[in-house]
Amino acid sequence: MKSLAELQKIKERALQRKRLGGQNARARIIVGMGTCGIAAGARDTMTAILKELEQRHIEDVIVTQTGCIGLCEYEPIVQVQVGSEELVTYGKIDTARVPELITKHIQGGEPVAEWIVK
Amino acid sequence: MTIFRELSQHILDIAENGVTAGATLLHIDIYEETPADRLTITVQDNGKGMDESMLRLVTSPWVTTRATRPVGLGIPFLKQAAEMCAGRFEIRSQVGKGTTVVAEFRRSHIDRPPLGDLAGTILCFIVGYPQVDVVYHHRVDAREFTLDTREIRAILGEEVPFSDPEVLHFLRHTLETGIGELYSQQAIVEEVSPVKKEDKE
Repeated sequence: MKSLAELQKIKERALQRKRLGGQNARARIIVGMGTCGIAAGARDTMTAILKELEQRHIEDVIVTQTGCIGLCEYEPIVQVQVGSEELVTYGKIDTARVPELITKHIQGGEPVAEWIVK
Repeated sequence: MTIFRELSQHILDIAENGVTAGATLLHIDIYEETPADRLTITVQDNGKGMDESMLRLVTSPWVTTRATRPVGLGIPFLKQAAEMCAGRFEIRSQVGKGTTVVAEFRRSHIDRPPLGDLAGTILCFIVGYPQVDVVYHHRVDAREFTLDTREIRAILGEEVPFSDPEVLHFLRHTLETGIGELYSQQAIVEEVSPVKKEDKE
């Protein structure tokens, strides 16, 4: 394991940034990870989302998982909520669609209309 | 009729069942043994468990505890995958205690799916379920790698989430390096060479 001492430093830097920025989670992303989602590639979609957040240094977004929400035919399903706005449900979000989704909805604040399923 | 390309997708699917069962601690154990030509996957959760009648039914593809989807899928697929590879499948459960799933494969079997993206799988799971602790233990013969989220959480505390970009980088790097070293040729040479030196002396 990359040393736990290093993790301690990472924590201190993260807390420092929190004190400076003062912001809590600005947006949340939920990935459907039921059997149907995993079979459709949801794990790869979520891995791609985490990689984008890591590389773009996006700190104020939380990413969680959920099970099957009954829209199996649209998997991989990704839901995005920015601030107190309505939760937007996207369908068929493969890894190729992830960078644009992050750019437009998470960073730009504009949902990508053509991928919305409801 | 297999729906997953990788064993790591099966592992994720079984782990998700643990979350659905209310687990707060999950042990994921992978053991690859060259001499026995065996690969064993064990996923143990401390969720609500199942009674005997449910346990008998759960390997049938038509059972689920949920209302959102009419049929169950995940467990029978793992059972089928293991049995196709001269292996075995076992599920043990106790109400109030939790469930343990064991899938064993002949490691060299031509139909055995690859383990696949284990680092990505574990990363997704531990970031996606911050309320669940995970002990990931992976052995390849004499080498082993362990990641225990309780150790990491003890350092990060409640204020810094796993989804912080620097923490994400740390976790991804730790998993990729740790799992990679289980297989690296370099490490094999290092382990063998001291013996050779002794022989020469």
